[in-house]
Amino acid sequence: MAKITFIEHNGKEHIVDGENGMSVMETAIKNMVPGIDADCGGACACATCHVYLQGDWADKLGERSEMEEDMLDFAFEVQDSSRLSCQIRVSDDIDGLVLKVPEKQF
Amino acid sequence: MASQTIETDVVIVGAGPCGLFAVFELGLLDIKCHVVDILDKPGGQCAELYPEKPIYDIPGLPIVTGQELTDRLMEQAAPFGPQYHYNQMVTSLRKLNDGTFELETDDDIQFKCKVVVVAAGGGSFQPKKPPMPSIDEYEGTSVFYSVKRMEDFRDKDILIVGGGDSALDWVNNLQPIAKSMTLLHRRDDFRAAPDSVNKMRELVAAGKMNLHIGQVTNLHGSDGVLSGASVKGKEGEFEIACNTMLPFFGLTMKLGPVAEWGLNLEENLIPVDTEKFATSERGIFAIGDINTYPGKLKLILSGFHEAALMSQEAFRIINPGERLLFQYTTSSSNLQKKLGVA
Repeated sequence: MAKITFIEHNGKEHIVDGENGMSVMETAIKNMVPGIDADCGGACACATCHVYLQGDWADKLGERSEMEEDMLDFAFEVQDSSRLSCQIRVSDDIDGLVLKVPEKQF
Repeated sequence: MASQTIETDVVIVGAGPCGLFAVFELGLLDIKCHVVDILDKPGGQCAELYPEKPIYDIPGLPIVTGQELTDRLMEQAAPFGPQYHYNQMVTSLRKLNDGTFELETDDDIQFKCKVVVVAAGGGSFQPKKPPMPSIDEYEGTSVFYSVKRMEDFRDKDILIVGGGDSALDWVNNLQPIAKSMTLLHRRDDFRAAPDSVNKMRELVAAGKMNLHIGQVTNLHGSDGVLSGASVKGKEGEFEIACNTMLPFFGLTMKLGPVAEWGLNLEENLIPVDTEKFATSERGIFAIGDINTYPGKLKLILSGFHEAALMSQEAFRIINPGERLLFQYTTSSSNLQKKLGVA
């Protein structure tokens, strides 16, 4: 289990429990966090679950896969901290994860 | 004015898995179909979003990729001689006084038919519009999401944004006729075919075009005419002068013209009954991801079931007064003849 904090563009925080094995995207959808569209349902095929990792989480979670890197080309305002939340697995290791949801998934 | 008019029993809007299976189910009842899709190929989301990804919940196929499923559905529909019209969108749908329908596509085909099946999934795939401030002001005059006529781009200062095949293909194709060509991408790595990437790099090396790494933050210009774009790169902000911009950020699904056909909608979905999958308009059915009803699951297998039941009612509309005999493909020599296996 991991506590995950999603921060909406307007600053509103959603602190939710992530179940091990699920993706962070699925955790957001399950808890109805606004701003994560996930059009393709988790196939890493749409880039509409784009998030920005906060703090030092970008270092802790390691590199993006090549597929995720390619798919991020379809996202807007991509930063070094950008990830697709369908590609982050929930585990005890990510307890305390904090991420920001962009203004728009486009 | 449409350049071509086609009369048929049924027009199916969408060549995804449900649209393709509807061809089969309607075909068993001797109903002829034309299928229209905005993509350049069949399969809908299966082919566009996840052709290589496995699907595990198709009954009888423990594992199948989006592309394989599409290929098999095409094969299954083939005996019924459907005609496919790709790269176009049904833009208008009108009910005539005699209860038949008239549809038009944006490629100037007009259909006259008795039944319409909306199997449009999440809507039509359309180019993603990057949420850059004021981009709307330049659309159609300086900002374009596709190239319809290359000549329109002659002697322009072109900025192409993106790193996939569309971006690289148009860089290479338009560079010879452009006044200047600049490619902007967020990283110095390209998804596009290696051949096109090499060609682009040769043009850059020869000083015939520019390549910049960064992302557009703002557009400048007046009266719909672009004069440049502000770009944020690793080394800070800079400007790229251009009067034409082509952003290629892939496709997204938009409900599109379906919303204007006079059907009842609930949150961009079409409510149907679960006996016939009929919409609020007699003769128009909706199957697959685009419909909604109590208990709806957006699964391909639900769409298959919906196609079968819809076809029964479509038969009654197309053949009023005729008795519909329920038959099995395993035992009916009549059905087997239609399938070309008897």
